[in-house]
Amino acid sequence: MLSYILRRIVATLPVMAIVALFVFSLLYIAPGDPAVVIAGDQASPEDVERIRQSLGLNRPFLVQFGGWVWRILHGDLGTSIFTNLPVSAMIGQRLGPTLSLMFVTLLLTIVVAVPLGVVAAWKAGSLIDRVIMGFAVFGFSLPVFVVGYMLAYVFALELEWLPVQGYTPLSSGFWPWLENLILPSIALGCVYIALVARITRAAMLEVLQQDYIRTAKAKGLGQGGILFIHALKNAAVPIVTVIGIGIALLIGGAVVTESVFAIPGLGRLTIDAILRRDYPVIQGIVLLFSFVYVLVNLMIDVVYTLVDPRIRY
Amino acid sequence: MDRRTVLKGLAGAGGLALTGLSAPAVAQGASARTLRFVPQANLANFDPIWGTQYVVRNASAMVWDMLYGIDSSFTPQRQMVESEEVSADGKTWTFKLRPGLKFHDGEPVRSKDVVASLARWTVRDPMGLMIKALQQELTAVDDRTFKWVLKAPYPKLLYALGKNNSPCAFIMPERIAQTDPFKQITEYVGSGPMKFVKGEWVPGAKAVFEKFADYAPRQEKSSWLAGGKQILVDRIEWVVMPDAATAAAALQNGEIDWWENPIADLVPVLKKNKNISVDIGDPLGNIGAFRMNFLYPPFNDVKARRAVLMAMSQEDYMRAIVGDDTALWKPLPGFFTPGTPLYSEMGGDILKGKRDFDAAKKLLAESGYSGQPVTCLVAQDQPITKAQGDVTADLLKKLGMNVDFVATDWGTVGARRALKTPPGQGGWHMFHTWHAGADCVNPGPYNAIRANGDKAWFGWPTSADTEKEVAAWFEAKNLDEEKTTIARLNKAALDDVVFAPTGFFLGYTAWRKNVSGITKGPLPFFWGVSKSA
Repeated sequence: MLSYILRRIVATLPVMAIVALFVFSLLYIAPGDPAVVIAGDQASPEDVERIRQSLGLNRPFLVQFGGWVWRILHGDLGTSIFTNLPVSAMIGQRLGPTLSLMFVTLLLTIVVAVPLGVVAAWKAGSLIDRVIMGFAVFGFSLPVFVVGYMLAYVFALELEWLPVQGYTPLSSGFWPWLENLILPSIALGCVYIALVARITRAAMLEVLQQDYIRTAKAKGLGQGGILFIHALKNAAVPIVTVIGIGIALLIGGAVVTESVFAIPGLGRLTIDAILRRDYPVIQGIVLLFSFVYVLVNLMIDVVYTLVDPRIRY
Repeated sequence: MDRRTVLKGLAGAGGLALTGLSAPAVAQGASARTLRFVPQANLANFDPIWGTQYVVRNASAMVWDMLYGIDSSFTPQRQMVESEEVSADGKTWTFKLRPGLKFHDGEPVRSKDVVASLARWTVRDPMGLMIKALQQELTAVDDRTFKWVLKAPYPKLLYALGKNNSPCAFIMPERIAQTDPFKQITEYVGSGPMKFVKGEWVPGAKAVFEKFADYAPRQEKSSWLAGGKQILVDRIEWVVMPDAATAAAALQNGEIDWWENPIADLVPVLKKNKNISVDIGDPLGNIGAFRMNFLYPPFNDVKARRAVLMAMSQEDYMRAIVGDDTALWKPLPGFFTPGTPLYSEMGGDILKGKRDFDAAKKLLAESGYSGQPVTCLVAQDQPITKAQGDVTADLLKKLGMNVDFVATDWGTVGARRALKTPPGQGGWHMFHTWHAGADCVNPGPYNAIRANGDKAWFGWPTSADTEKEVAAWFEAKNLDEEKTTIARLNKAALDDVVFAPTGFFLGYTAWRKNVSGITKGPLPFFWGVSKSA
């Protein structure tokens, strides 16, 4: 297993290199010029050219790419064109809010969606099943921003239970941290809960038809034990897979959620950087996200072996 | 149903629900000594000479002081300067600094700091560049005295030093001001009434300013950038909120105290809340505009440009930008900011009255236009340019033009508009923008009105008459002369259609009623603003 993990980690390197080349090339050919944005409306073409030169944007593609790769290999993601701050520091500032949002959303999803899917499968065809699946359709259909505004209206403006916006780091206390994350996590989690609940139901339905479940029932095992010990464990592989894939959804959804709830996370940083053509920041974030995807996939593969001993690498 | 409709409905419902409620919820315990402000945009960098965005200028006005500052009558008043003398020939200026001026690191402000700051500013500012071209020497005489010797008189020198247009002539310590004007500074040691807290700066989310205890304000009453800059709170937090509905809800909920520029859609909601005041923020407003490329047909012919002007309805543009609130806009048959001393409508008849499409079409045909595509750049991520672009596309189609509507983002428009290549090869025919009214009060900071061909702003207009009057304004000795010159300039620029003004529009600002001292002006002024619990 250890050698497998090591092989997978080594295999990520060419993936990251391809991603890096792709992102760099894409930004190089994309329209827009950060020097123009920096220079402002009053600048002369000579001013813009001087800024472009000071930023090294007028150097040949390969020289720019080579310099960037060299810095990456030395652990330096570069410096933001606009803020003049190290990209790693900017990502560091934004990592906490995004990770917090994703963690709470993921927790909420697992705690809510898996039991809902199990119950829906158990009561397949009943009113309970239809209500749960109806909720799933609702969760799929509603855009994150609509849910966000509705939640903010009810729980922040009407009831005044929770804040409308912002983020408080965990170091300032558990409740201040959590109260800022409850509404965004529910908003972001809706689609994710719907997805996981549906997959859980489908996987469970298949497992519940198996002979060993009938045997367990014949042996007089309790319903809870059958569902959550025998059935759920055997239905876990697709559920784990979809939870993993869902992390990609979370990153995408975080962009909107962070804007609606004014959370200073990576999603907002990404949008700001793209609109301003802040190349080093965009490159740094994309590299980070691709690394996270690769890592999540690896973790999923490892979890497979834990939930299904038949799987060996 | 789109996102904006949903948020408007929800924010509206929230506003109605909160009307009559008195207690702000979450931030009730926040100190009355901290003012939480939502700026117009993200403070992405903090060098007012390197980055000329308004939001950078607005933050910098708290942190760095100026030698002079213009007041609400556009008159430069002494700020860091105690006195000045000008020689009889108008070429030698000698300035003396006020005693007791300090930087945020405790060091006194010396003439050498001023000299270095001005040297950096003159490289980037349009008026500064003119002064630099005339400069013979700029030297520190002693710690409080410095001298500026010019080869020829520059009557607008004090205005240039005190103007509020970006980049302003902010004073920094010499070691910082010696930074290449095309590179960002890395230290933020100011000379103004507030200190920038670099450690709490999260670009795109938050910027924090703390009161500088050793700042020596002038004793006069403050007026815009002039007078005593008395800070009445200990801390000002700028909270960046990209979503307008969130900012509206946060203001209603008491999580923020002042929102610089609420969008027109949400203002009715805010007005209904008894805890919130709403008023026009900047009386100088904005001037909408689109520019036509003088280098290529059809707009290299003044007849084609005038045909567009003859047919366009400024009301259509203004309603597209600000909606049906007629208090927020007015037609603008000229180029200069309404309500300011130099405002003129001379030559503006072409923009007044009923629109004459038949005459416009005839004029367009006379220009030789024969259906070639007209490349119209429209940034979709800026509501103002998007609204104007949609109106223009409709206008051109009605005129019988073949519109190549390029829907893109502002970053792309910014890069593409600088291209002088033919429209079919990456260039363009038209793009949309807008100018802060504060930049359009006179030709000093108003680059967009210049018509000196290759050296002019994008579109590269050429109009000898316009340039003649711009030069005359710089030479004008008094307000009467300036007014006469500007009237002629307005006419010349309209005759040649240097660009197309789409109208004058205003914006609101909103704050909670426990905040007082907010004044109307071209930027948010924090001096004199206080907050009760």
